[in-house]
Amino acid sequence: MEKFYIPSGCAISGIISRQGRKMSGEVIVKSIAAMHDRSNGLGGGFAAYGIYPQYADHYAFHVIFDSKQAREETDAFLRENFQVDESQPIPVRHTPAIEDPPLLWRYFLRVDPRVLEVNGQQVDEHDYVVSRVTLINDRIPGAYVASSGKNMGAFKGVGYPEDLGYFYRLEEYEGYLWTAHGRFPTNTPGWWGGAHPFTLLEWSVVHNGEISSYGINKRYLEMFGYRCTLQTDTEVVAYLFDLLERRHHLPVEIACMALSAPFWKDVERMEPAKRELATAVRQVYGSGMLNGPFSLIIGSARRMVGFNDRIKLRPMVCATKDDLVIMASEECAIWEVCTPDKVWAPRAGEPVIAELEAGVVA
Amino acid sequence: MYRIEAHGIPYKRLNEMLREAADRGEKEIELVGVNGQRYLGSGIRSRVKITIHGVPGNDLGSFLDGPEITVYADGQDAIGNTMNEGKIVVHGSAGDVIGYGMRGGKIHIRGHVGYRVGIHMKEYRRQVPVVIAGGTAGDFFGEYMAGGVAILLGLDCGPGERLTGDYLGTGMHGGVIYLRGEVDPSYLGQEVAVFDLEPQDEEALDKYLQEYCQDFALDYENVRRARFIKLVPVSSRPYGRLYAY
Repeated sequence: MEKFYIPSGCAISGIISRQGRKMSGEVIVKSIAAMHDRSNGLGGGFAAYGIYPQYADHYAFHVIFDSKQAREETDAFLRENFQVDESQPIPVRHTPAIEDPPLLWRYFLRVDPRVLEVNGQQVDEHDYVVSRVTLINDRIPGAYVASSGKNMGAFKGVGYPEDLGYFYRLEEYEGYLWTAHGRFPTNTPGWWGGAHPFTLLEWSVVHNGEISSYGINKRYLEMFGYRCTLQTDTEVVAYLFDLLERRHHLPVEIACMALSAPFWKDVERMEPAKRELATAVRQVYGSGMLNGPFSLIIGSARRMVGFNDRIKLRPMVCATKDDLVIMASEECAIWEVCTPDKVWAPRAGEPVIAELEAGVVA
Repeated sequence: MYRIEAHGIPYKRLNEMLREAADRGEKEIELVGVNGQRYLGSGIRSRVKITIHGVPGNDLGSFLDGPEITVYADGQDAIGNTMNEGKIVVHGSAGDVIGYGMRGGKIHIRGHVGYRVGIHMKEYRRQVPVVIAGGTAGDFFGEYMAGGVAILLGLDCGPGERLTGDYLGTGMHGGVIYLRGEVDPSYLGQEVAVFDLEPQDEEALDKYLQEYCQDFALDYENVRRARFIKLVPVSSRPYGRLYAY
């Protein structure tokens, strides 16, 4: 029998141009491919921002369908609930490396303001879109929304990330922010819906590690109407960012503090104002705190955030090059795409936040 | 000097090429265009000198048993994992778990190092591994150390920059840590305490640091004259009573 040895670990990588310069998807594919040995071919994916300028005001839904019936049902559901201005298959290039792909479709949607008035009450448009995404994932068998934000999209599936990049023809897209994931599933199945990134509206998450607190986080999110349907721990992180940043209006630094909360012994050592803040955050968001080993990259319309668990049980290296900020599991993923000006390893639990410069229109 | 163009070559093939060259008796091998290939230098028994240009992948020199590796770039994670003999010199910074379970040989890092450096190093009689880092370290420096020497120099430390992270020497029950500078007692693991250097410590430091400074063309006097402190375990059996209440 041939002996196999797989050198373990997921890979994540992300790049943002702070001046909003567009980069072809080739860049991120090169970066994630440098860490090929961290994946095992059971999942990969990309989040891309700025790729649909011609539909910048539309919610771009990327949807994965197991069957024609799932597509038809979803199609009808979307037409009932949105103004569908465009619907088309996501262009792919078939390759033996990507076996048996599902149906992959994208829709450019607008919300008719009239549907937001329910019994004289005004419903928030984002809440409306989130509830429709939840309904599709939860109620339509074999249909999974891969992404639902404006001017962004997730491209994910089963395979090595570089093969999925080829399959999805990512070199044909231009974005100012890209993240990527190479998967090595350990606890949950390798399937198309369960590949990273996990997304909701503009938020996307790629993750290396395990969210041991998944059960608590899931139940906490359910109280706010979220449903975890994708069989993978990372899903909760996307919803937690939606909850904390969009709905609770927390600054991103505080949202990260809630998810990767400082230990009580460190809280005690803080100066009074910071101690009071950290105490309040831990008390209010205790059920949102992520436990277990992780490194995460979170993409959103104007920023990319990277952070680790509190004792850095997963790797993360950051770099800058001119207006680029790059984050990755390994330094080689940075050198593969540029000669960095500066490279550093962030401390455990300390978020690295890279934002579009003020005034840059994404 | 035998030269290998490494760019784009998968780690397995690159290591085969490296071993073939060492087996046919090359004394000096230069790898150029390395980026992310793992396990470089593993499985070679000779004293071959390997020079690496570009960032080597994880587990550089894992189970190393003789070669001397010099890296003219940053290193990644798990350098010298379970290394037995030889030497690894990195002219840049390095990642997490450097010297994991190391039992002999030397690792010299010019820059900063990440988390859990020197974790579970061990020694036996004359076989004493040494890890020296020139910059700062992340949390858990010397975690579960059972033997060997870990030295942290804090050279070119910026203002407000911490020499070490938290949980210093947690679970340590053998070996010694030397720090060039002070440490906030709240960062100390429960199993270690700070001591002044004895004459034999000074002698050992002279020897280790002369070699380190030579590797990086540093001014030895300048590095050596600062105050050092020593961390050693206060118990050789920190868990002896853990399950015996």
